[in-house]
Amino acid sequence: MLRDLWGNAEEFLRAFGALQLFFLRLLASIPRVLANRFRLVIYQVYNAGALSLVIILVCGFFVGAVLGLQGYRNLAQFGSEDALGAVVALALIQELGPVVSALLFAGRAGTALASEIGLMRATDQLSAMEMMAVDPIRRVVVPRFLGGVVAMPLLSAIFIMIGIFGAYLVGVGLYGVDLGAFWGQMQDTVVNSDIYESFIKAFVFGVAASLLAVWEGYSAIPTAEGVGRATTRTVVITSIVVLILDFIITAFAVN
Amino acid sequence: MIFDDLSLDIPRGKVTAIMGPSGTGKTTLLKLITRQLLPDRGQINVAGQELAELSQRHLYALRKRIGILFQNGALLTDLSVFENVAFPLREHTMLSPSLIRHVVLTKLHAVGLRGAATLMPAELSGGMARRVALARAIAMDPEIIIYDEPFVGLDPISMGVIVRLVRQMNDALGISSIVVSHDVAELSHVADRSFLISGGKVAASGSPEDLSATPSDLVQQFMNGMADGPVPFHYPAPDYAEQLLGGDEQS
Repeated sequence: MLRDLWGNAEEFLRAFGALQLFFLRLLASIPRVLANRFRLVIYQVYNAGALSLVIILVCGFFVGAVLGLQGYRNLAQFGSEDALGAVVALALIQELGPVVSALLFAGRAGTALASEIGLMRATDQLSAMEMMAVDPIRRVVVPRFLGGVVAMPLLSAIFIMIGIFGAYLVGVGLYGVDLGAFWGQMQDTVVNSDIYESFIKAFVFGVAASLLAVWEGYSAIPTAEGVGRATTRTVVITSIVVLILDFIITAFAVN
Repeated sequence: MIFDDLSLDIPRGKVTAIMGPSGTGKTTLLKLITRQLLPDRGQINVAGQELAELSQRHLYALRKRIGILFQNGALLTDLSVFENVAFPLREHTMLSPSLIRHVVLTKLHAVGLRGAATLMPAELSGGMARRVALARAIAMDPEIIIYDEPFVGLDPISMGVIVRLVRQMNDALGISSIVVSHDVAELSHVADRSFLISGGKVAASGSPEDLSATPSDLVQQFMNGMADGPVPFHYPAPDYAEQLLGGDEQS
């Protein structure tokens, strides 16, 4: 059993090292991609961002609406339902916006990236590029990575806004919370550092989710089973990594 | 070990066939020639350059002089036929859009698919996809063109088209061609010289006629498509009777 454990640890360390090398290679290619292939990056922002909008809008709305329902019920016990706007906004900005968007992003855009790149590997498209003296890291991987990194904070911001709107409809529209109090308390409570924290989280999650997706796709075993496994791993590993990173960033922000 | 003491010279300007039974390492040999793989030992010299010593920049410079046709075509599925052929030109040249259009249409015309320029790869048949891939492989006017199993899975008409194109490209453009395949009949139409590889070594070489005349059992088995011989029909297995009578054990 010890040997198995050691074997697993060794395998994990090897994969982690390979991922780091891959990340460094990717970072080194970014300036040239931005200079020569900017249009590809824009297209990938559209691909990862605009095409994830529906799921972000729908989920954001309902998460906000549920926060409105639950928040009102709990706050009403203390007679402080006027604070609903502040509570909802803080929860969405500090935590739910970046985290839930990142999880949705992993499910929608991450899986698409991993399976697309994995299939390109399986159908020799990446080898064909290499044989045409085109570096697939620059042509395929970096634009998709950057697209995800740019799209994630935008998606998170949209998620937060639509979530607040959902809570507003429930709180003000349904339960009759005072309109002025809803927005006023929100304005008084939310400070710039909350916004920064939210942005940093969304950005870091965007880097992690995009990196893991392109890595899983790029290193997928080039078979139907291998691509399927890479796609599943993308969601599972991204979810775990996002929640761990969330803890770390929050711990720093709180202190 | 896949190859052991393998040595072969591929002449310039000719069509050279590399044949061998499945699993003998033909595709691996192609990967070695294009440095998708590095050998543990030995030297590979392409167009006067020692592959193992090339930096990535020099390797890419060399690869621009080589066209390769993958087994499945390996067209970029998110680009149209036109854009697939234009891909290497857009990546490596500063040609104006009108010139690129001209070159692409010329190459597509050469493979008979000028009319399919706007189609996407998913809309092509297997034979058409391979012809587009061929047009892409010659887009940069390479000195060497490598065909990996170009006849696999094609109907007789498409196969005839590809056979004719291989020969034409070679003669008209003066390209050195390497064709890896196990289609003995098709290869005998196009190849100037053939190598038969088996067991990690060159088992026989020469013109198709030379190979047919080679007395070796292995060569005869391969050239005449016999099911059993030096390349056994059965994958190594324990004794048949013993295994049948050995009860429920799988192994």
